[in-house]
Amino acid sequence: MICHDIVIIGGGPAGLAAAAAARKNGMEDILILERDRVLGGILNQCIHNGFGLHTFKEELTGPEYASRYIRLVKELGISCRTGSMVLSISRDKEVTVVSREKGLQVIRAKALILAMGCRERPRGALNIPGCRPAGIYTAGTAQRLMNIEGYRVGKEAVILGSGDIGLIMARRMVLEGAKVKAVAELMPYSGGLKRNIVQCLDDYGIPLKLGYTVVDIEGQDRVEGVTLAAVGPDRKPIAGTEEHYRCDTLLLSCGLIPENELSKGMGLPMNPVTSGPMVNDRLETGAAGVFACGNVLHVHDLVDYVSEEAALAGEHAARYVRNGGAESETSGHLPVILRAENGVRYTVPQSLDPGAMAEKVTVRFRVSDVYKGRSVCVYLDKTCISRQKRRVMTPGEMEQVTLTRERLLQAPGLKEITIRTEVEE
Amino acid sequence: MNGEKELTCIGCPLGCLLTVNMTPEGIFVSGNTCPRGDVYARKEVTNPTRIVTSTVRVQGGVIARVSVKTESDIPKEKIFACMEEIRKTSVPAPVRIGDVIIRNCAGTGVRVVATKDVEESCDG
Repeated sequence: MICHDIVIIGGGPAGLAAAAAARKNGMEDILILERDRVLGGILNQCIHNGFGLHTFKEELTGPEYASRYIRLVKELGISCRTGSMVLSISRDKEVTVVSREKGLQVIRAKALILAMGCRERPRGALNIPGCRPAGIYTAGTAQRLMNIEGYRVGKEAVILGSGDIGLIMARRMVLEGAKVKAVAELMPYSGGLKRNIVQCLDDYGIPLKLGYTVVDIEGQDRVEGVTLAAVGPDRKPIAGTEEHYRCDTLLLSCGLIPENELSKGMGLPMNPVTSGPMVNDRLETGAAGVFACGNVLHVHDLVDYVSEEAALAGEHAARYVRNGGAESETSGHLPVILRAENGVRYTVPQSLDPGAMAEKVTVRFRVSDVYKGRSVCVYLDKTCISRQKRRVMTPGEMEQVTLTRERLLQAPGLKEITIRTEVEE
Repeated sequence: MNGEKELTCIGCPLGCLLTVNMTPEGIFVSGNTCPRGDVYARKEVTNPTRIVTSTVRVQGGVIARVSVKTESDIPKEKIFACMEEIRKTSVPAPVRIGDVIIRNCAGTGVRVVATKDVEESCDG
């Protein structure tokens, strides 16, 4: 059987950064498996700028950001197989992969890094009533068609959902001569970054209709129009608020879902809020030696944070292999559970080991609603150890707090760390 | 031009909420967490600029389009003139990141450069 020290599933930003970090931590035998023809993942079609300010201290486009990591991985001599689709992974880290050149193969790994990314929520998962003509795309599909394949997606569009890709595509279509009549968002707040509302919608006078959804799609062969309606607090359409828009295209930007069929197939414990695997502070999943990072773990807003998280997974995977795959390194401490509470929807990681953890661990999370002037509070069992006021927090923007080992070790018998928002007096 | 204005900084994904005070004594910016925000706010109330990203047709490449960007930000009112030129342009493969695609886009004096490598297609 073919064996490798570390096998990485996915050659997007997470997989590439994980590979580079594992290599820098002494691993010689690394293999990246990528199902697309090229490395770089979704960055290849994200031609807009705004990537890399954290990582490279300059503003890059998606393809430029990807190319830096692709070059690095090549310079480090890491093997990559493109056009190779992983079909399943067994609990003892045997990866079944299929490719045109080599057919079906089983590859055994000492450590695995899951970096499969995420997928868009399609129309079928949204229950939008109406006809099923051509001209309905997820925003990312439209982005690929325009930016890589060179098609003009439509002339008059309505966009449902205000996720970042939807906002970016609104601007992109306007620049290519299309008219974008409205962006409708079911929730009372946008799901995308504020800067994208400003530079993609406001710059071009595209109305953002918060609290609206699509209640009808018309057209036989091609979309001819859509009907929007306002929704109540129960998110159900309100009769009498319908507005009709003539258009030939409807783009959907209604959320991203971590692509975890392989993880579920392995029987990894999953987090129902993130739809990603549960991980500890080493980003190790419920199976020893199996690590996860990037959008397969939880959906990120920023590729820079994906790279950072993935580098950590790569480093820990390398350490796991170096230690001979000893059943994870524990310090004798019982794992401490991280709890998300009172407006914090989830945390990543969901547990940590204060004895074995790095000096600092970044805990990433999202909030449930738009909060103004609330604080992010960290409790060690019942003791509040930090309280940071945030001007605004929104569900569309990932937040983070840093925990230090030094502080956690000062709390004897620590069982639970709670991250919660609190209203400031 | 006196008065107070609230802006969201587009300098990075943090999206700081900026307050710009325009007074006869000058422009005062607050709310920014880095110097980028100060620069953005001053430009935004005097001469707003943007970086334009798009794609250009490639002849004989493995993919149909190469992604491009203006090398620096251009005045907002020049965006559509710039796009018009980008749309009319096509380049032969191979293309390398940083290749100059347009020397002076729409009279802005700013170059448009490739942001992706596109190899030549073998089936020519």
